[in-house]
Amino acid sequence: MSGKYADRKGRPIIVVTGMGTLTSLGQGKKDNWDAIVAGKSGVKKISRFPTDGLNTQIAGTVDFMDTEEVSAPAISYAMADATAEEALAEAGFGRDGFPGPLYFAAPPVELEWQHRFSLMDENLDAESGYSQLLEAARRKRHMHMHLLVQIGGIAYRIAEKYKTRGLPISLSTACASGATSIQQGMEAIRRGDTEAALCVASDGSVTSEGLIRFSLLSALTTQSNDDPGKASRPFSKDRSGFVMSEGSAALVLETLEHAKNRGAKILGIIRGVGEKADKFHRTRSSPDGIPVITAIKRALDDAGIEDNHVDYINAHGTSTPENDRMEYSSLHAVFGDKVSTIPISSNKSMIGHTLTAAGAVEAVFSFMTMQNGIIPPTINYETPDPDILLDVVPNVKRDAEVNTILSNSFGFGGQNACLVFGADVVQATSASNTK
Amino acid sequence: MTKQNREVWITGIGLVSCFGEGATHHWEILGGDSAPAPIQEKELFAPYIVHPLPEMDWSRQIPRRGDQRQMENWQRLGTYAAGLALDDAGIKENEELVSSMDLVVAAGGGERDIDSDRQIMAEAKHHDDRDRLLIDRLPNDLRPTLFLAQLSNLLAGNISIVHKVTGSSRTYMGEENAGVTVIENAVARIAAGQSTHALVGGAYNAERLDLLLIQELGHYLSRNCGDPVIKRLENGGGMVPGTSGAFLVLENAEFAKARGAKPYAKVTGVASDLGARDAQSTQTRVKAIFEKLPASRNTVDSIISGASGVKDITEQEFSFLDKQLGSNMPVRATNSIFGNSMEGTFPVGMALAALALKNGKFYPPFEDAEKPARHDPKTILVTSFGHRHGEGLALVEKI
Repeated sequence: MSGKYADRKGRPIIVVTGMGTLTSLGQGKKDNWDAIVAGKSGVKKISRFPTDGLNTQIAGTVDFMDTEEVSAPAISYAMADATAEEALAEAGFGRDGFPGPLYFAAPPVELEWQHRFSLMDENLDAESGYSQLLEAARRKRHMHMHLLVQIGGIAYRIAEKYKTRGLPISLSTACASGATSIQQGMEAIRRGDTEAALCVASDGSVTSEGLIRFSLLSALTTQSNDDPGKASRPFSKDRSGFVMSEGSAALVLETLEHAKNRGAKILGIIRGVGEKADKFHRTRSSPDGIPVITAIKRALDDAGIEDNHVDYINAHGTSTPENDRMEYSSLHAVFGDKVSTIPISSNKSMIGHTLTAAGAVEAVFSFMTMQNGIIPPTINYETPDPDILLDVVPNVKRDAEVNTILSNSFGFGGQNACLVFGADVVQATSASNTK
Repeated sequence: MTKQNREVWITGIGLVSCFGEGATHHWEILGGDSAPAPIQEKELFAPYIVHPLPEMDWSRQIPRRGDQRQMENWQRLGTYAAGLALDDAGIKENEELVSSMDLVVAAGGGERDIDSDRQIMAEAKHHDDRDRLLIDRLPNDLRPTLFLAQLSNLLAGNISIVHKVTGSSRTYMGEENAGVTVIENAVARIAAGQSTHALVGGAYNAERLDLLLIQELGHYLSRNCGDPVIKRLENGGGMVPGTSGAFLVLENAEFAKARGAKPYAKVTGVASDLGARDAQSTQTRVKAIFEKLPASRNTVDSIISGASGVKDITEQEFSFLDKQLGSNMPVRATNSIFGNSMEGTFPVGMALAALALKNGKFYPPFEDAEKPARHDPKTILVTSFGHRHGEGLALVEKI
């Protein structure tokens, strides 16, 4: 492939024509953008369940949705539905159907305590345990509960509602899942399997058990329970863990040609992706940083970026001591000392870590950064870490012309996925139009 | 479905089921003149029946005890089967090949601590504030490492750690359909030149009360009946879960030839879809899926079916196969002898198809109602009709 619709490597240029997002800061792109450029935090004291006595009592919960019940699958579905609808509306696809597949970054849902208790109450006289629950299930079919905890269930519902094509993919690469959903869409389009893909990510798993599990891995900050907005401090010396959060995002990807032919407005370009798995440890990165470095280099190379030039880095920046140090050293290995001059910020300083959704939520904010010429800040940056020499856009937004962005996502299980976004088509093609 | 620019070979099989482990072992048991007697656990989970895990020496594929301890049986089984596949393909200790290999895993969720759950339920019985009880108990009752054994993508993570497969790593989730889409994805990437070699498959631990509960909420389990699939339908049908792990090494044919690898078979097409489950919609949709494959009534000679035994959709599947391919077709429903391994079911079917093609012989009927094979297999259709959602078909051919 060549010509005006091809990128520097002769592949179809992939554009974004619709986006939606929802976080603890609100529903929809506008409310979220207004809040993050104002440096507002969505992190708050948890009200969904009692927390007194717990080491961590805060989270970036989404409490304003009208959901069928308060559970991870129900909240995750409601948020995914809202962002998919927003993205499809912006892209100009109505309820008639979407001409491509759904790649859904899904939280691994399961039966929750409220479900166990409710089954237990149906058979209260029996001896406690799973046999008791099974007996209740045998007596009466609980189809709604069954469908809710199907691990592919949210994707089936979104696919059926918005009439995407084929069998939807429910994927998980832990905290890189949002980026992986975009990667999967890109790959399918590049293969020529489809002209368009709907990439959605959602995570609403702030349950007591979910919070306690992360807490037992010492992953969450235990500071700032009384001042939640200050809890997430990416790249600061006094960072102490991430803040568990909820959110969702959706992006409509299509080939430039497909978008032009139907007269769609182009919001930005997905220029490249890089991935490399890590074999070192279940929760920690290789000390030499090679998998992360490789993922970043592959993304830049895939995007056809010359001289490693990016205008801004949207960091994974979780605010854990280890992630932020590792992210810095890996970026330094790729960009050299020049890295200190590239603005980098972490949206997680305001919205916390939206886990499965993070890569997609941060992709939406990245495109808005380019559209608006404003870089959102890293808030709570009061005590710089002398070992992390980065321009983190501290505390206050910055006006800047941004045309190329690197966005990082890393997850438990050795998952590393990096994406490169661009603002305009000319930039994506410029070196090769003559080919 | 991706245009097949590059031929995709199956060059390694890793299989663990109630019958034991290894591709050759499975052929010895299943490739004879009559099907083996089913191995079923009927007491432990009564009225439900499951096909159990065979006796395992995990250290044969997961040498470090520390790695074994970080997993529960679902992840151990998948990691083990993945290791068998790498061994079978002659890739296992080849640093260059595993570090550039793409990993695509079909996963559900991992084991809960059943005893810990039971104790909390017992206490909750007479507790007014159950939310309070949870936050009092869980910080002490939950084992920190158990979370990692539960995370869906940590089967892939463990395969990367134990077998050093690190080219890329994706996990697809969602019951039987995840098994279809991982194969579809890996085949598409290899056919399009996005990957040269991939490790793909899944595993399922059926001996779990927490998973039996999820299926029984929808009344999908067979009660007190472990008959093979067609006979089970007379009894109202239902699923008999089965523990198994199945991984395949898929390769670009040229890549495999260059390293001197021997193929079992080639995968010439995979297609799938989702939609309403009424008879008309299902038949129309599945016919359209079939028509995406490079197959016809005349080319397909044998069928490996993933039919779950859930009555309506299993009857829909057999009706489709009869209409599309004729009623004399030898159909082997793997659920009859392996049970339903959910995410692992389609990879099991693909492995059995590849084994039969390499050995030049199809399987004896798994039950009386299945037709004997009249010809040696050349083109096998592998099916998956999810118990509730989604259908997928693949075509596996002799080389």
